[in-house]
Amino acid sequence: MAAAAPIDLGPAPATARAGIVVPGLIFGVLAGLPIAALVVPENYLLDLGTRIMIFAIAAVALDLVVGYGALVSFGHAAFIGLGAYAVGMLAAHGIGEVLVALPAALAASVLFALATGAVSLRTKGVYFIMITLAFGQMAFFTASSLAPYGGDDGLTIAARNTLVGIPIFKYPRGLYYVVLAALAGTFFLCRAIVASRFGRVLRGAKENATRMATLGFEVYRFQLVAYAISGGLCGLAGFLLANANDFVSPAYMSWQRSGELIIMVLLGGIGTLYGAIIGAASYLLIEEFLSRVTEYWQVIFGPFLVLVVVFGRGGLVGLFAWPWRRRHG
Amino acid sequence: MAEPVLRLEHLRKSFGGLVVTDDLSLEVGAGELHAVIGPNGAGKTTLINQISGLLQPDHGRIVFAGRDVTGLPAHARAAAGLARSFQVTSILPGFSALENVALAVQARSGSSLRIFGRAAEEDALNAPARAALGEVGLGPRAHVPAGHLSHGEKRALELAIALAMAPKLLLLDEPMAGTGREESGRLIGLLRDLKGRFPMVLVEHDMTAVFALADRISVLIYGRVLASGTPDAVRADPKVAAAYLGDEME
Repeated sequence: MAAAAPIDLGPAPATARAGIVVPGLIFGVLAGLPIAALVVPENYLLDLGTRIMIFAIAAVALDLVVGYGALVSFGHAAFIGLGAYAVGMLAAHGIGEVLVALPAALAASVLFALATGAVSLRTKGVYFIMITLAFGQMAFFTASSLAPYGGDDGLTIAARNTLVGIPIFKYPRGLYYVVLAALAGTFFLCRAIVASRFGRVLRGAKENATRMATLGFEVYRFQLVAYAISGGLCGLAGFLLANANDFVSPAYMSWQRSGELIIMVLLGGIGTLYGAIIGAASYLLIEEFLSRVTEYWQVIFGPFLVLVVVFGRGGLVGLFAWPWRRRHG
Repeated sequence: MAEPVLRLEHLRKSFGGLVVTDDLSLEVGAGELHAVIGPNGAGKTTLINQISGLLQPDHGRIVFAGRDVTGLPAHARAAAGLARSFQVTSILPGFSALENVALAVQARSGSSLRIFGRAAEEDALNAPARAALGEVGLGPRAHVPAGHLSHGEKRALELAIALAMAPKLLLLDEPMAGTGREESGRLIGLLRDLKGRFPMVLVEHDMTAVFALADRISVLIYGRVLASGTPDAVRADPKVAAAYLGDEME
């Protein structure tokens, strides 16, 4: 022990810098995108941007539990669906007030997360993945059988939500900025959580749950709270998605959707939060353009994902950092 | 003797047909360093796991600080003041040494459900953590990721984590395991400093360490207490010499 040189490394500067620069770039680009849309005549760019940001909210929320808690949930689409159905069902009864619909969306998704998490979190690893998948499918089939609310066909929303009468979602640009604000809020909330006392326990449990228990932490409680927060943020994404699409459908809850969310997190870079935003954007852009080239776009996307995961060592974020890593060791 | 810190009453634990703890009773008094020795497979780690709550005994009672903790899970016993180290180093490798210890401070401070404020910058957590690291000689290594520490440093870090919990009892499962002569010498010195400040249960193979440190020694064979007493009494016990100590005593 005495032989070891006393070196104080301090916090890693590279990671700290990336944590400021990358989110800065991301939000800079997103905030400036509508200006580019002035040149492009149609609202195509805004729609695509809105869609990307909504899924980015869900991906960031998923990264909170997957990347920092090692809780690989394969049922996160259910929370999006619940948030969306809250909007759709209220709209079907003529209620289009944000102050009602948003709390309802959040409450529905948080409660579902607490109930299913309470059971799922008693299992680990593959069992956790399977049980979250099972709960997700339960929600999917329940939504499919809701005949008064469209059943399999889904439910068209006659009018988008308004905030005390103000039509904040009516125009593409307004919707875009509301979604951007929601994404920024989600990102900075999750980032604060990760760095907090609570987040430290969550990260500790990911590294060594037995150790955490012998320190005196009831790991389960912390994981359940994280799961509920993550579920609630997906409910927020669902609330926005319903308003953006004027439509809700059981497909929002399909297990393929849950899988896509995991892919977004992996593709961008797990455990960074901003990687999830990059992942959501990349996935949806690749889908958008490749699906124009060929119907079988996934045949190209699959190998691409494998390459990124293998060589990126942490997704696209890791891939971009590669030249930097080489220079600085 | 005053009320013991830890009292084990007729503990029994078996895995299938294999009895690993067999009607075991034992007391650890205030301020006492109680060593548990025995050959491999005598059930020492199983015993520590039952005391710390990672395993439940099949029969018997565990009374800690005047309270029956037999049915309590590990986290509740830790919160009640029972700290332990592991035979196979158990730390958070991705966390810095300081963060490992700060987490132990945080555990006893409560209020870990706070989701705002940067934990890494909280002086209320870092100051006691630095003090504990200083005590085990890891002060200059505070910001090194725990996974990058040398083996001896990791053993010292385990001790620092246990100290930071401000425990009522320290359970040390072979703290010297795998360390070189120089490192184990340092660790023995460290334990001698801690002796008297905390009651300790020390499981250890290093007989030099055990006889240098222990107030009382219990010898475990096949999950039973073969003999229990002061180092001199245990050394003189012919049963012990026959069953276990043998040539190590010569």
